[in-house]
Amino acid sequence: MTNTEELLAAAKEVAGKVKDTVQAVKGAVQDVKETVLEVKEAVQQETAKQANIITPKMAKIPEGALEKKWTNYKDHQKLVNPANKRRLDVIVVGTGLAGASAAATLAELGFNVLNFCIQDSPRRAHSIAAQGGINAAKNYQNDGDSVYRLYYDTIKGGDYRAREANVYRLAEVSNNIIDQCVAQGVPFAREYGGLLDNRSFGGAQVSRTFYAKGQTGQQLLLGAYSALSRQIGKGKVKMYNRHEMLDIVMIKDENGEERARGIIARNLVTGRIERFFGHAVVVASGGYGNTFFLSTNAMASNGSAAMQMYRHGAYFANPCYAQIHPTCIPKHGDFQSKLTLMSESLRNDGRIWVPKKLEDAKKLQRGEIKGRDIPEEDRDYYLERRYPAFGNLVPRDVASRAAKERCDAGYGVNNTGLAVFLDFSEAIQRLGKDVVAQKYGNLFQMYEKIVDENPYENPMMIFPAIHYTMGGIWVDYELQTSVKGLFCIGEANFSDHGANRLGASALMQGLADGYFVLPYTIQNYLADQIGVARMSTDRPEFEAAEKAVQDKIDRLMKIQGKRSVDSIHKELGLIMWDFVGMGRTAESLKKAVEKINALKKEFWSNVYIPGKADSLNNELEKALRLADFLEIGKLMAIDALNREESCGGHFREEYQTEEGEALRQDDKFSYVACWKYMGEDKDPVLIKEPLDYEFTERKTRNYKN
Amino acid sequence: MDSYIDIKVRVWRQAGPKAQGHFETYELKHVFQGASFLEMIDILNEQLISEHKDPIAFDHDCREGICGMCSMYVNGHPHGPDSAITTCQLHMRKFHDGETITVEPWRSRAFPVIKDLMVDRQAYDKIMQAGGFVSVNTGGVPDANAIPIPKPIADEAMDAASCIGCGACAAACKNGSAMLFVAAKVSQLNLLPQGKAEKHQRAKAMLQKMDELGFGNCTNTGACAAECPKQVSLTHIARLNRDFIGAKFCD
Repeated sequence: MTNTEELLAAAKEVAGKVKDTVQAVKGAVQDVKETVLEVKEAVQQETAKQANIITPKMAKIPEGALEKKWTNYKDHQKLVNPANKRRLDVIVVGTGLAGASAAATLAELGFNVLNFCIQDSPRRAHSIAAQGGINAAKNYQNDGDSVYRLYYDTIKGGDYRAREANVYRLAEVSNNIIDQCVAQGVPFAREYGGLLDNRSFGGAQVSRTFYAKGQTGQQLLLGAYSALSRQIGKGKVKMYNRHEMLDIVMIKDENGEERARGIIARNLVTGRIERFFGHAVVVASGGYGNTFFLSTNAMASNGSAAMQMYRHGAYFANPCYAQIHPTCIPKHGDFQSKLTLMSESLRNDGRIWVPKKLEDAKKLQRGEIKGRDIPEEDRDYYLERRYPAFGNLVPRDVASRAAKERCDAGYGVNNTGLAVFLDFSEAIQRLGKDVVAQKYGNLFQMYEKIVDENPYENPMMIFPAIHYTMGGIWVDYELQTSVKGLFCIGEANFSDHGANRLGASALMQGLADGYFVLPYTIQNYLADQIGVARMSTDRPEFEAAEKAVQDKIDRLMKIQGKRSVDSIHKELGLIMWDFVGMGRTAESLKKAVEKINALKKEFWSNVYIPGKADSLNNELEKALRLADFLEIGKLMAIDALNREESCGGHFREEYQTEEGEALRQDDKFSYVACWKYMGEDKDPVLIKEPLDYEFTERKTRNYKN
Repeated sequence: MDSYIDIKVRVWRQAGPKAQGHFETYELKHVFQGASFLEMIDILNEQLISEHKDPIAFDHDCREGICGMCSMYVNGHPHGPDSAITTCQLHMRKFHDGETITVEPWRSRAFPVIKDLMVDRQAYDKIMQAGGFVSVNTGGVPDANAIPIPKPIADEAMDAASCIGCGACAAACKNGSAMLFVAAKVSQLNLLPQGKAEKHQRAKAMLQKMDELGFGNCTNTGACAAECPKQVSLTHIARLNRDFIGAKFCD
């Protein structure tokens, strides 16, 4: 061996070592880099948390392109195997579209479900009253519809105040819903060729609305109810009718973190307070529109479940976003108990007007003349006047505000001065009475039964009414609230409609959440709970929760004051309508807070509840709900006061264009306002989830030209 | 034109399922005829509450004729003297000044009284649980347009499906039969291709459950269809009978 060779070998060896060292150093640098990134990320999250900001990561929004997010999520989420599913109990509160579909689907998957409703049967939840239809991006009409277009219309309809990832997922699963419902035997309307028919709805240029006469909500709910009934029959769902949840039970895990592990419910027949355990709790309790007393909601619809979640730390998001529907039958007296909706479709042929002359309006209010007595030239078709391009077909929020403006100016047309005309005389002349009857006959009949006036001969009277609440409990992408193990679906959550909901989208969201989203996402949570054994409801946490509920009931029963529950609720409704209604100002909202505080005092010192707490007692049920409506009303006012802009259903009079249109402030208010409970009579803290529009450009809505 | 009337309301009061019930008559003055019947009961209850008396318990929810919760016998008719409506859609203009209005709960053995005008209708849910569904799970179903359904069939299924499960049919029936309710669901599902696979089983199971729960049988008197707020037709009972007999032949 020569020196040269030796040297070469030695050099090679050294080179190898150097290479290894470099590699090791590189690896170490990489490790450090990763650690730095992790630390940076953790610091970012922590800073966000400190600054009361919810980041996309905290909202669990999956990475990737908009159309890949849901697929990515499903590909990587945790699942629960069949044997373990049998060991897990899930409580579902509510049996509307979201609740019934979730309960049925979870049971089909193998979980044990406990399902609760306040009515005498799960089939009666208020989803049943939805008339118009359900949207889906099937493009059966070949008119250019697509998942993206449904997504875009929904985001735009919500005035750019919804979360992009959620809305895209909603549009994606919309098609599965229609397939599912048809398979269940839902009798959707069909063409003569036997295929499904569609119609158009507001806010879209395509026909994507599936319907079953004017009873789409009923048919979809009965479909979900039939799936639920099948699981009740099989023993996989234990159904509790006439039970009302009065609190959620929180139990700390081994790390000291609180998790929802059950509920306290009152048996409405016996008055008994009962305890139920579940590994997770899903709340599908609907909206809080009845805060206004008069709304199109059912009499028992309430916001108490939402308030129970809120008091346990779940954020209440965008409470001020409430939808006011322009075409409802007006209030006819102080004894009025609810308002009836007349379908949006009527605005296709009906023309909306009030008299031009104040003296004519006064005569109408006194019942001296009828609408048909006023000559054409003395009628003010104010929507056509203000919005020539869209006329009577402007969106719900715009039409409602315009009606209010005219009535406030004294031009209302009924005895209370709170109604405008919806007139079909021109349509009858143009199309003939038969065609009008074919299109709208059932609605005309319904109107006549209630108002006792023939709408073919004299124009209908309509007025706006509270219809739906877009706001609700904040949920992440998994539909989990800010409380571990507590999920919220359907109208009760805030997620998909932004500041304004489009027609035929409520049914879509309820069923999307219940059939196709929650049954997946809840498994990502439950997969970590398989080691948790069923807990006894004798635990101190259950006992304490029951006692708190009992104390609240006792406190209410002891007041024995002078006023009925309804009389106070009606007063709250008037405050809400006058000060937190269609046109809000900083001044009106401050006044509302003041008045609600006073009314709350009145309620807790002067309400009278007859009967006993430990038996059937409707007045007690109503009082418990009203106690929460008072809090929600205040929260709505606080949120509306904070949101110094106008968007969708939220109109702050200080923020409007010269022409009186809604003026968004994207630079300041493009966020979800999440309110965190800080204790009884303490101001809630505002937490923001910024809405950075990554995939969609924001525009201003224009209906004039 | 609606005006104000004075009435007497004769109401069935019963403290609980096992308590002895009785009629009680209340006077109500100055009731606006534009009020709905249930709003009149609201007014009466407010009056009772102000006198520190127990208000009348009654079932109600949507107040627009679709949830099927309201359940009152008014002047001898389920849902009152008007046709094709529920109690919540009945208005006081159907009554005259000085009239005594009699209000009772559903009268049927299978619907026991809970309190006053409230009854227990869980029997209807149980019938549904026996077979009122198509056995499909969520997901994995064919495209909605994969099976065309002739429009007349879809329309007829829709007419049957409009049943709101209020119980007026059984309450009106002299035999206390739930045939119209059962027939409406069987007919809806058995008409559609999606429901045909279980057609015989469904008819048998639902009828068997109906018998088990103490409902009577059908003698074709038609009171059910006459009182049905959704005008569900007797034809559906004929279809149910045919499917039931068919099922017997297949046994």
